[in-house]
Amino acid sequence: MLAFNLIGLCILVACFALDRRKTVRSVRRGLTMFWKIAPEMSVVLVLISISLAFLTPAQLRQWLSADTPAHFATALVVGSIALIPGFIAFPLAGVLLKNGASVTLVAGFLTTLLMVGVVTLPMEVRYFGWRTALFRNGLSFVGAVAIALAMGRVL
Amino acid sequence: MKVDRKNAASLGATGAFLLFCAWGVWLAHNDLANRAAGSYLGFVEEMLCVLPMMFLLIGVFDVWVPRDVVERHVGERAGPIAILWMVLLAMLQAGPLYGAFPVAAALWKKGCAARYVFIYLGAFSVMKLPMLSFEITFLGWRFSLVRLLFTLPVFITIGYIMGRSRTCIVQ
Repeated sequence: MLAFNLIGLCILVACFALDRRKTVRSVRRGLTMFWKIAPEMSVVLVLISISLAFLTPAQLRQWLSADTPAHFATALVVGSIALIPGFIAFPLAGVLLKNGASVTLVAGFLTTLLMVGVVTLPMEVRYFGWRTALFRNGLSFVGAVAIALAMGRVL
Repeated sequence: MKVDRKNAASLGATGAFLLFCAWGVWLAHNDLANRAAGSYLGFVEEMLCVLPMMFLLIGVFDVWVPRDVVERHVGERAGPIAILWMVLLAMLQAGPLYGAFPVAAALWKKGCAARYVFIYLGAFSVMKLPMLSFEITFLGWRFSLVRLLFTLPVFITIGYIMGRSRTCIVQ
């Protein structure tokens, strides 16, 4: 994070040295875009916080404890809806695997988590429109399931 | 900001949530509200760490990078090597997926082909370097490698399907 901000700052300073007026215009444009998406972003932050409040690691461990199709479906649904940060999701997935959960289940949970984002839809729709956002998420869901099944075969 | 109905709804939802958190944390000592408030602060912090700079850089990209450069490398007529550029760009970034949407929109506006825009989003969601290192730590390199091998063709295919299907990026 720090590296990203430092590199960004260097780029801005370099641009400023090259052309002051152009850089001021860039900054203004960037801030305007940020301001325009702020309402949707605010809602997304609320939605992911609420979803995370319901989905504690203990709760998830319980839901994803066995290897029935119903548990697999739960993994897919929870993975699709929630946005769980990597520092919670990956350790949790590691624990699940160690406790004997199948690779298919864990991979299904992780791939849907990464590729499908229901709670971030307000922002995605703002940029792409409903049709495209739903289409992308739908395709990603199918892809994530295929990846999970294939990984279960291999690992 | 124009306070139209949608913005008012967004602000209302956020306000209601914050009130709920304040009530739960200070008055009711409600567990759910405590957790929601805690993760909300975490997410706001994450957002504030990445997105302001991200948008400033998008502004720089928008003003400084000529359209024909984008079109030549990742435009409608650019070859599959463009996939490599998109994947590299995505891998070097950090932050949540919703931070990639504005970047994708900016690329599209500059003439990047739709298929490559969606390949960028796919790569961003599944193979950012900071995330991969985390995944390898907890799940092992074998799991990560196999996941990448299966995921790569999937999101490239998704990109091509999206590129064909009259997708539109508004804004």
